[in-house]
Amino acid sequence: MRNFLDTLVSRQDMIISAFLEHIYLSFVAVAIGIAIALPLGIIITRYRRYAEPIIGVTAVFQTIPSLALFGFLVPILGIGSPTALIALIIYALLPILRNTYAGIVGVDGSTIEAGRGMGMTRTQILRQIELPLALPFIMAGIRTATVLTVGIATLATFVGAGGLGDIIYRGLQSYNNSLVLAGALPVAFLAIGFDQILKWIEKRATPKGLKT
Amino acid sequence: MIRFENVTKRFPDGTEALKDISLVLPTHELTAVIGPSGCGKTTLMKMINKLEKPTAGSIYIDEKPINGMDEVQLRRSIGYVIQRIGLFPHMTISDNVALVPKLLEWPKAKKEERVRELLELVGLDPAIYMDRYPLELSGGQQQRVGVIRALAGDPNIVLMDEPFSALDPISREQLQDELRNLQQTIKKTIVFVTHDMDEALKIADSIILMRDGQVEQTGTPQQLIDNPANEFVRNFIGVERINQKRTFGEKRLMEFLDLFTADWAGDAKKISADSSIEEAFLQLDESDQDYLAVVQDGRIIAYANDRDLLKAALAKETGVLA
Ligand SMILES: Nc1ncnc2c1ncn2[C@@H]1O[C@H](COP(=O)(O)OP(=O)(O)O)[C@@H](O)[C@H]1O
Ligand SMILES: [Mg+2]
Repeated sequence: MRNFLDTLVSRQDMIISAFLEHIYLSFVAVAIGIAIALPLGIIITRYRRYAEPIIGVTAVFQTIPSLALFGFLVPILGIGSPTALIALIIYALLPILRNTYAGIVGVDGSTIEAGRGMGMTRTQILRQIELPLALPFIMAGIRTATVLTVGIATLATFVGAGGLGDIIYRGLQSYNNSLVLAGALPVAFLAIGFDQILKWIEKRATPKGLKT
Repeated sequence: MIRFENVTKRFPDGTEALKDISLVLPTHELTAVIGPSGCGKTTLMKMINKLEKPTAGSIYIDEKPINGMDEVQLRRSIGYVIQRIGLFPHMTISDNVALVPKLLEWPKAKKEERVRELLELVGLDPAIYMDRYPLELSGGQQQRVGVIRALAGDPNIVLMDEPFSALDPISREQLQDELRNLQQTIKKTIVFVTHDMDEALKIADSIILMRDGQVEQTGTPQQLIDNPANEFVRNFIGVERINQKRTFGEKRLMEFLDLFTADWAGDAKKISADSSIEEAFLQLDESDQDYLAVVQDGRIIAYANDRDLLKAALAKETGVLA
């Protein structure tokens, strides 16, 4: 324990910068993931024929072990943060895409028909009915994606993109358990912290009339 | 007036939901469209606000073909109560009711005024209900909101697809009465889809009876009962009801007082409570007024119009419908 605290103090700068890198990687990956998956999820509810194949493809990516995916990308993109980001984005896509799609498709058809019958345009139906009602699902998807990304970002170190994985890896190489812990604990806290924050947001995002 | 001219609807899967239908739905009247499940009632109704488009034929509103009209504008000008209530669960009652006024970009004060007025119209206290959410209301209350939401934009035409079918019998009767009274004041052109003959007889000015994508008979409730066009119509109305009308026509008015209207402001011809229902029908036919005043011991104790009399004639036993 003493040892661990000493390590924290002596490697403070390195740990903090790795921590910030880690947040940066996860955050950017999730943000870009949302920017791609949310519109795509909405579009495939309009062209349902393509929904299954597109979700299927993202699901296949998901099943590729993360280390292997990093391995595939290095020969193509070289090493560095873009490679890590792209891998992370690929993992973030599926939960957001799937939940956006499921959330919108799950909106009661009679509700939408009522909107149509009263003269709402498609955009009005999307923005005033479908999205608000699907929001809790979409937020749940973003939460899953975030937790997943924070975990997988520990592998970014293998493509030279930094993050808390650096600390863990160094600790492993030098048989320094305290250093391993100094990298692993923040990752765990990050994942749990994001999960809690997003869970809270998810609750707030649930339309008031649906909470019973 | 809404007019269908040789309208046929064939769905992509080949189902022919409407087969060469021509009919007229008169302005300011409540027309019930009735028939067994799957006969095309909903499809017929959805043609009017272009939720479905005819495969052949045309539909006219006040003699203007709706074919060329912008569908979004058209829908905003027509009230619509969908088969399953279809209130927006994430919007307050106030926002639900004000939806079409909002689409029509009414000023805020006018929208709010309208919401209050309509809630009061169906006996929901605005102070209590405006800010509630649909799921906090009972089925009957939700359905009332569904009805007033359709009236909010002050449309001339209101389409209602089995609006009361999911309710318990007591709420249903109550809402039917309310709709009937409401219609006396608002005088909209209402298209009311139902599969319940009691409901149609009770609230409709005229009835369109459908089977298998075709119209079997149209007429007032009384015409249908007096002269069913064929065996199907007779069965659908119920042989029982037709016979009942014959025997019960001899019963006396005083037995059905609770089916009649308690108050009526206009003129009414007087009739003794001892008269038979048959007699009352005749008297009402001869009179220029809509109502008869039922008199007992020199006092008016109730008012009855042709609908009340019909209800009495069809009542299974004294007082059951009350
Ligand atoms: N979108 C659709 N595609 C194919 N068939 C349909 C569609 N909508 C309705 N139908 C069919 O058309 C017929 C009439 O349906 P509908 O108008 O809903 O009947 P009702 O309201 O009288 O119960 C039914 O046989 C129904 O299965
Ligand atoms: Mg129907």
